[in-house]
Amino acid sequence: MKFYFMHLMPYADLDLDYDKDHNSAWITLPNSYYDPKKGHVLYNRYLDELEYADQLGFDGVCVNEHHQNAYGLMPIPAVTAGALSRRTKNVKIAVLGRALPLLNNPLVVAEEFTMLDNITGGRLIAGFVRGIGAEYHAWGVNPAESHGRFHEAHDLIVRAWTEPGPFHFEGKYYDFEYVNTWPRPYQQPRPPIWIPSQGSSETIDWAADPRRKYTYLQTFTPVSMLAKYMQMYKDVAEGYGYEATEDQLGWAVPLYVAETDEIAQREAKPHIENFLNKFLRMPKEMLLPPGYLSLKSMMGVMKAKMLDRRQADHRQRHGKGHVHLRQPGHGAREAGAVPKRDRLRQSADAAAVRHPARRTDPQEHGNLRQGSDAVFPAGREGRDCGGGLGGFSPAPLRRHPGSRFGRWCLATPPQASPGSTSSENRCPLIAASAQ
Amino acid sequence: MSFREFTETIAGCNTRFMRGGSGQPLLFLHGANGAATWLPFMEALSERYDLIVPEHPGFGGSDMPEWLDNINDLAFFYLDVIDHFGLSGVHLVGQSIGGWIAMELAVRNDTSLASLILAAPPGIRIPGLRKADIFLWSPEETVRNLFHDQSFAEHALAQPVDEAQQMVILKNRLTTAKLAWQPRLYDPDLEKWLHRIATPTLILWGEQDKVIQPQYGPALAGLIPGAISETFADCGHLPHVEKADDYVARVTRFIEEVAR
Repeated sequence: MKFYFMHLMPYADLDLDYDKDHNSAWITLPNSYYDPKKGHVLYNRYLDELEYADQLGFDGVCVNEHHQNAYGLMPIPAVTAGALSRRTKNVKIAVLGRALPLLNNPLVVAEEFTMLDNITGGRLIAGFVRGIGAEYHAWGVNPAESHGRFHEAHDLIVRAWTEPGPFHFEGKYYDFEYVNTWPRPYQQPRPPIWIPSQGSSETIDWAADPRRKYTYLQTFTPVSMLAKYMQMYKDVAEGYGYEATEDQLGWAVPLYVAETDEIAQREAKPHIENFLNKFLRMPKEMLLPPGYLSLKSMMGVMKAKMLDRRQADHRQRHGKGHVHLRQPGHGAREAGAVPKRDRLRQSADAAAVRHPARRTDPQEHGNLRQGSDAVFPAGREGRDCGGGLGGFSPAPLRRHPGSRFGRWCLATPPQASPGSTSSENRCPLIAASAQ
Repeated sequence: MSFREFTETIAGCNTRFMRGGSGQPLLFLHGANGAATWLPFMEALSERYDLIVPEHPGFGGSDMPEWLDNINDLAFFYLDVIDHFGLSGVHLVGQSIGGWIAMELAVRNDTSLASLILAAPPGIRIPGLRKADIFLWSPEETVRNLFHDQSFAEHALAQPVDEAQQMVILKNRLTTAKLAWQPRLYDPDLEKWLHRIATPTLILWGEQDKVIQPQYGPALAGLIPGAISETFADCGHLPHVEKADDYVARVTRFIEEVAR
């Protein structure tokens, strides 16, 4: 099992009363709310934290991409990853992920990723996503073309990495006389590819295809559902005639560690509530533009009426396994059992997600260290991690004795199901996985 | 109500039609909300004309064909429709996006047309005159913003929506995005060739249109030779609904004037 640290890089100095005048922290929130002097401090703090994760022994750090919002200051993840590539020494650097359909020229991703891969000597993990719906408002790209552009851009990039250039690329959206990417990837034949998703069966099938065998990263899903998706991937792999390895399964979860559950809840409460109610705030038309989901999936969303944003209480989230707020070792004492190594091998890897909306620098460093100290040894040796990293609780395992995966689940949202979408569980809080 | 409903396969697309009345052919091209039902203005027009109301490929009861990518595809599709039914002397009447399709058709080939009547069509861009971002409106905002007289909105909002209708709403919205998301509600090439339209053209606009500013009416009239621009007072984006009687009267009058 491996652990990754992901930073969502919020504009933590956001005036939280913005919602008296604006209905979202995305797209339409005037950028006059952003103070560059404060932003300068935040960027450097966040990069420090990501570098600190390297010193603490995390297996990787994760950065991602979102546009025109206060939620996360990472529109161009190659800048973040580039800054980390020389200052970190050991961690993998996972860009989770690049929103391919937004690009007029996907070769820019082929190039920036191979640069990162060469600079770091092969520490890059390449993530490909479609972005969230708001991205299509921000960049003007037609959401009705989202799926088609994603697949074509993906094919182009992977071919650029793995086929001798120059070659001619003929697609519906992209047509290039010369694809001849310099530099070539340091990792041969190509960097590992991760696909973050909410549990779309089409995505799982596509990622598990033996031509790809991409790491599938389940984001923000309840413990009970997570087991289902992990099994779905393994079943699909079996259908293709091979056995999925643990490197192919991952998940992402927000977590928070303190000396006791009570302290953890008290300290994390305002940040989690702000994260859900302020930073992720957006109307459903922004979140789900037409075409972003298939008509069938969209119909499912409408029927389930899952888009009604409710004001979130962090205790509810915690209770449902949405966010884990735990004391180190708590879960281990509860369980009193050491899981067998073979079971660990079946399970996915995990990592932490950070969105320290209002947290101070020392608080964040302390929490990072506490989390890593509490969990890494157990996780890597196959012992139970206890409640350490914000909820590696064995409780889900006991509730789901048939599940091979529930043990390591961290934090998950309520209500997630294939194709379903709510503002909460669409949130791109991701992190985690194998390699 | 005398109309028949049928499906024709044209350009490989199963296309739903409503057709009623007799006389000169009047082809009505609907806007972003489709043409699911036979509306009062259709009944009125069918008393004078052979009214043909298709649902565009990708809308309502028509298929979503593989070939449908943009507005140009629908322009050529409707040239196929005219050929398919063997129509000539067609009065082509387009509402909103239907008006955009009608202009795209007419710049390509207007030899089958007798008149062109456009109500609140997008299709061109006037710098500084930004159309509404219809894709960020909630369903309720959309309904309210379509009408000036809010009693029409109240009536529309009070109608129950069943699952099949909800699916049609989502499908129409998807195809609207396909056609109009980027570039937003216009075709950069259209403006260059509007001078090719030789068909007598009437442009209608509600003075309180919140989707596309009524200033677009005179601008289009300046680009289409001989086109006339008129407005409806106290009217939003859907004059054929909100001012149905006046709309029918003006359409009829224009067609009669053209015939003289």
